[in-house]
Amino acid sequence: MNTSISSALPAVAASPHAQAQGSIGSVMRKVMLALAPATLCGFWFFGLPALSLWLVTVGAALAGEAACLRLMNKPVTSTLLDGSAVLTGWLLAMSLPPWAPWWIGVLGGLFSTVIGKQVFGGVGQNLFNPAMIARVALLVSFPVQMTAWVMPMTGAHAPGLLEALQVTFGSGAIPDAMSSASLLGQAKSELSRGVDLLHVFANGLPTSFSGERPGSMGETAVLLIAAGGVVLMLMRVITWHIPLAMLSAIAIPAAIAHGINPARYLDAGTHVLSGAAMLGAFFIATDYVSSPTSRAGQIVFGIGCGFLTWVIRTYGGYPEGVAFAVLLMNALTPAIDRLVKPRVYGRDFKGQPLVLKTGGK
Amino acid sequence: MGLLELLNGARWGVHPHDDHKRPAADVPLRVMPLPAKLCVPLLQHVGAPAKPVVAVGDRVLRGELIASAQGNVSAPVHAPSSGVVVAIGDVTAPHPSGLPFAAITIELDGKDEAIPLNEVTDPFSLEPAEVSQRIAEAGIVGLGGATFPSAPKAQLGRKMAVQTLVINGGECEPYLSSDDSIMRERADEVIDGVRILMHATGAAEALVGIEDNKPEAIVAMRKAAEPFASIKVRPVPARYPMGSDRQLVQVLTGKEVPSGARTASIGVLVNNVSTCAAIHRAVRMGEPLHRRIVTVNGGAVARPGNVLVPIGILIEDLLAFVGLKETPARLVMGGPMMGAALPHAKVPTVKGCGGILALTAAEITVEDPSPCIRCGSCVKACPMGLVPLEMVARINAGDYDGADKMALDDCLACGCCAYVCPSHIPLVQSFSHAKGEIWKRAQQRKRNEFTKGLAQARVERLEREARERAEAAAKRKAARAAQLAAEAAASTGSQETSA
Repeated sequence: MNTSISSALPAVAASPHAQAQGSIGSVMRKVMLALAPATLCGFWFFGLPALSLWLVTVGAALAGEAACLRLMNKPVTSTLLDGSAVLTGWLLAMSLPPWAPWWIGVLGGLFSTVIGKQVFGGVGQNLFNPAMIARVALLVSFPVQMTAWVMPMTGAHAPGLLEALQVTFGSGAIPDAMSSASLLGQAKSELSRGVDLLHVFANGLPTSFSGERPGSMGETAVLLIAAGGVVLMLMRVITWHIPLAMLSAIAIPAAIAHGINPARYLDAGTHVLSGAAMLGAFFIATDYVSSPTSRAGQIVFGIGCGFLTWVIRTYGGYPEGVAFAVLLMNALTPAIDRLVKPRVYGRDFKGQPLVLKTGGK
Repeated sequence: MGLLELLNGARWGVHPHDDHKRPAADVPLRVMPLPAKLCVPLLQHVGAPAKPVVAVGDRVLRGELIASAQGNVSAPVHAPSSGVVVAIGDVTAPHPSGLPFAAITIELDGKDEAIPLNEVTDPFSLEPAEVSQRIAEAGIVGLGGATFPSAPKAQLGRKMAVQTLVINGGECEPYLSSDDSIMRERADEVIDGVRILMHATGAAEALVGIEDNKPEAIVAMRKAAEPFASIKVRPVPARYPMGSDRQLVQVLTGKEVPSGARTASIGVLVNNVSTCAAIHRAVRMGEPLHRRIVTVNGGAVARPGNVLVPIGILIEDLLAFVGLKETPARLVMGGPMMGAALPHAKVPTVKGCGGILALTAAEITVEDPSPCIRCGSCVKACPMGLVPLEMVARINAGDYDGADKMALDDCLACGCCAYVCPSHIPLVQSFSHAKGEIWKRAQQRKRNEFTKGLAQARVERLEREARERAEAAAKRKAARAAQLAAEAAASTGSQETSA
């Protein structure tokens, strides 16, 4: 009996001998599951062009990842199957104008995985959120295409298949009747012309809980995004720290400023429900790789993301600031991780052993 | 803090979804029939190995001393049954290395004859020092797995005037239920052991912490502890590693043990429930520690459960007793979180062995590590508040000092981080490696400093000798010069006189 046992045993094995179920792939799949309702809603609002742009973007992200892995002689199929490249492309597509031309999706997708991720060394190594770095690269390179918003058009107004292909793969010109400005964009441009917000939005703010507003493909369905975020928390993929800190840090300064001068500053609700705030708080800023690992560090990070978003939206040159804010805080993540560490059991916050108060009595 | 904990969830540890304790824990205790031979190791405790006091060919009886303690921190070893000593020499140690260590091999005669026991009717009439003496003579060590000799520990507790005894019935490791078994079946012995230990240490109260996944044990222990107001049975949440002394002390008393210090420094002494039962038998009946309850469990075991075994029994004999359904993919001594993988089944059990696991391939799913995605699961799981992912990044880069600065020394090797890691990174292995490397470097540094000191001393000695030689030479020269001068003066003087 002994010989058969010893021949079956490994030479050396380290504890623990048991492991929880879980893998990078299962984490990514859970995030995708939580992201799916808001994405489908985006397809519903913005029609087939949104779907084709999504496919092109995800495809380009995968192609970029595959090419890099191939060049570096790393395993291609198994790495692609972990889902991180799909998720990167997916999140980027969510942040694009839904009727953007195909080459925006292709350039962005390639940029996100090649420059944003593989150049740093692949999964787990990137300093910046790959989807956001691609979005910012597109925004500064192609400001016209990246700010061409359309009104949601469901039912009979939705473009047919041919029309949709024409939008994504054709000349790329969006008919005037359909184009529209985003709320944040409108506020910024009117303020810069010297018109105060009370006049611009005299008939009430066009905020929308349902998400039927002009905006990026996957950023408008705020309730579904928030629901997806809650599901992620329940599945213990993310914790409340970053989303709550980020949304509070947008809402609190917005509420104060709006209280002081409503003609100059948008209110808290509009800030939270507009642009990429919700998607950013639940799905972008919570990216494991580029955010701090300790709970306290995550709160600092979330506050930074939220406050910078509000500052950029309010005082910056761009109407939307989530992508910039997240990237700036990504750059601070190593510093936060170094400075904000959990207290070690039996030690104080500086890492020195606790001092006995009573001296052995 | 309370609100924060509510929002953040458990502050440390893991909660394995299936602790695999049942059905093994519910099977009544079985007594292992005596095998043909036993290999009783000489080093079954922290400290110096015991020294054999028998020779090959000697006949020994159950309970007879076969190896005596050496030094202050050590423990004697006793024969678990009657028979003849056939060998004193190396057997394979129950350690992943498979290295040999010394043991006394006894061929049993099956008669199980015992030496007369030195009973005490009222242990509370003994002086605390006498109680400690009886504990020491019985060879009792911490049976929770740490195997620190119990007598010096009790003496330390008395010296430090500890107020509280924490009795560890946590048994947080999955699969294991030997402590559960002793609390269910022998609660009176455990509680009596606790009282004796309170007497020996002078502690005023005892808190018995039992994880709430052992309701039967809690009921039995509450019943046994009922007459004694100073002994309180406290259910604690089932969360690994609740059985770690620092964590259990914090949960039960709210006090935190400073890094690098013992629990005694905050007035608390931690002892395991099985140790208490052994202390009861040793002090009341004079019976030395030569048997213990071992949980035999795992998917490959046909009839898992708790077995009372003589110490020194070979694991292959124990596995033959419970039967194997299939060839195990891994044999583990201890629990699945911190236990040691065994090189083969021809190794003896020791006093600290509470469980033997024969795990199937499905139970030990070995996955290749993938890159760290910085998910922070390990940070949330670490019961010591360490940042495992950062430590392992430094270790992988060869920056052992960097890892050391992140309090690697405080790592319990509990395995929570590696258990939860979705990338299956062998964190504990890295930490063990780094701890060894840091220790090695510290030794090397010490050696270098010693050598440097010697070299320095030699240089100084040579210089001093040269100086002394030069001084001596100078002195001689001066003396000679003086003598010459004196002679010259004398001759001049004589010339003058003669002139």
